[in-house]
Amino acid sequence: MSDAPILDVRNLSVRFRTEGGEVPAVNELSFTLGRGETLAVVGESGSGKSVTSLALMRLLPKDAAVAVTGQALLEGRDLLSIPEAEMRRLRGGAISMVFQEPMTSLNPTTPIGEQVAEAVRLHRGMDGRAAREEAVRLLDLVGIPAARQRLDDYPHHLSGGMRQRVMIAMALSCDPSVLIADEPTTALDVTIQAQILDLLRRLQERTGMAMVFITHNLGVVAEIADRVLVMYGGRAVEQAPLRPLFSRPLMPYTAGLLRSVPRMELAGRRAGPLPAIPGNVPDPRHMPPGCVFHPRCGHHQPGRCDAAAPVLEPADEAREVRCLRWRELAA
Amino acid sequence: MTALVELRELRKWFPIGGGLFRRAQQVKAIDGVTLDIRRGEILSLVGESGSGKTTVGRAILRLLEPTGGTIRFEGQDITHLGRAAMRPLRRRMQLVFQDPFASLNPRHTVERIVAAPLAIQGEGGGRQRVMEALEMVGLQRHHAARYPHELSGGQRQRVGIARALILRPELLVADEPVSALDVSIQAQVVNLLLELKERLGLTILFISHDLSVVGHISDRIAVMYLGRLVEVAETGDLFRTPHHPYTEALLSAAPDPDPDARRRRIILQGDIPSPLDPPPGCAFAGRCRFALDACRAAPPPLREIAPGHLSACIRDDIHLQSPLDEGATYVPAG
Repeated sequence: MSDAPILDVRNLSVRFRTEGGEVPAVNELSFTLGRGETLAVVGESGSGKSVTSLALMRLLPKDAAVAVTGQALLEGRDLLSIPEAEMRRLRGGAISMVFQEPMTSLNPTTPIGEQVAEAVRLHRGMDGRAAREEAVRLLDLVGIPAARQRLDDYPHHLSGGMRQRVMIAMALSCDPSVLIADEPTTALDVTIQAQILDLLRRLQERTGMAMVFITHNLGVVAEIADRVLVMYGGRAVEQAPLRPLFSRPLMPYTAGLLRSVPRMELAGRRAGPLPAIPGNVPDPRHMPPGCVFHPRCGHHQPGRCDAAAPVLEPADEAREVRCLRWRELAA
Repeated sequence: MTALVELRELRKWFPIGGGLFRRAQQVKAIDGVTLDIRRGEILSLVGESGSGKTTVGRAILRLLEPTGGTIRFEGQDITHLGRAAMRPLRRRMQLVFQDPFASLNPRHTVERIVAAPLAIQGEGGGRQRVMEALEMVGLQRHHAARYPHELSGGQRQRVGIARALILRPELLVADEPVSALDVSIQAQVVNLLLELKERLGLTILFISHDLSVVGHISDRIAVMYLGRLVEVAETGDLFRTPHHPYTEALLSAAPDPDPDARRRRIILQGDIPSPLDPPPGCAFAGRCRFALDACRAAPPPLREIAPGHLSACIRDDIHLQSPLDEGATYVPAG
């Protein structure tokens, strides 16, 4: 990994204007992504993780209802301000995306070979025959058995896992330096999820692409991430390398989330209730004052945590945390 | 412990594609399931999409007409009972749905939703009983006047559970009741189900694909693959000493939130075969690293391999990995 990040996101904010007022979906989000690195962005509904990925790809509706501010520098070029024509070249080129639901992202009326070949033709200017050959190579690369024979299959002929492989083949068609994967395994069965995670890891080793992997599943994070960004209520609340985050979370939300997931090695012992986080995920329209997590936090101090909003501050090496009390709590 | 529900060779086939001159093909959603649900236990039915786990749940509640086999509820054969004959039994068995958004009528208040089973059974005492049911699931009286869209996902699922409990059923069939919920909310609902089981002496059939939740909540686990049971055991036994290679693969594939347990995963090749054209022998043989010719000849029967531990694998001579193993099967990452 060279030290200059491939992607450098600075103060990204996304606001939706609705009849009920302005809804801040993402607030002042900053992160970097190193070459070949996998950053997992973890969050629950309303955390802003998916809006972030759509903002980076410039796929949010372009109208007065959405305001995107900040910068997202991909090798120096700001994805948020370059002309649309240039963005169109980058999208699916240098930066590419895989979505959660492969059925709705593929065109149901076009054979898969043609869809992959189309991506190759558009971005790499290959002619029909060469593009088709490249489609075979890509489908083969993502583990579609007998790829050549399946070029004329339609998406509905394929299982969910196979469709997701096709999506990945399309996303990889231009050898992206950054792949954004938004819950790419969430709609899949666990044995198929394991196949796709394995595939993404092997492709990454081969191509050196960096990945932003968006998920709500901490098990998947443990499996694939180098570094983790935890989001809550549209904000980054903790950022750390994988291992320290799991072994010593600094933000009470991260700690609570980790504790609330039943551990496999305790199966069958049922040692009392799970340590659940009380309350509900906050509604972005009515964010609590102060720390957005304070109403659910076991460590919150009245008059302090509900009064001042904590900033994201550097903690240990390569870590950041947004909590007024992290020092006391870590002690 | 006595059985509350007994399934014997239960089958549910769905005909598809038949026409005037063409015979319908049969999708064998359930193909010979024999299983007891013991009174007072949480039995989990796990499997991937197409395994038939949801169909089993619906057949027990008689929301589907079985194609063959029998279903007994407290000893009574209910396999082909008609609507009227089922009504008194309905109050004793209730369903909790996966999606708390789709399963609640958006135009009805919480009170009306929760009271609906009372109306169907022609019973009174509505308001008081609704309040009791809401209290039981951790909601407050003021929630009764709310509409579903005013509630969070977790609260909606509590409403679904309150509705299922208002008639004080003995059996709850919970079909993926936490998978649509946020991670931080799942634990709340899992705890609620465990607490209700203790408090009300409920029997719960918990249908799920999430092995870590299943490992926590269940007394016993039944694993399904392509319409058949492949393994049934007490939770600890299943996790510690899986006997069927599909169970092993399923446990191995389950993501565990522990970076130090990045295991050498068993990555299965291929997908679940089509239930339209199931292989003749063991349905898992095509993806199994231990399969022999004998496995492909005839479907292996579910047999007792240890007390209370059933498996449909003919191979007793292999050692399978467990997520509880120390050492060898765990490769420290990094």
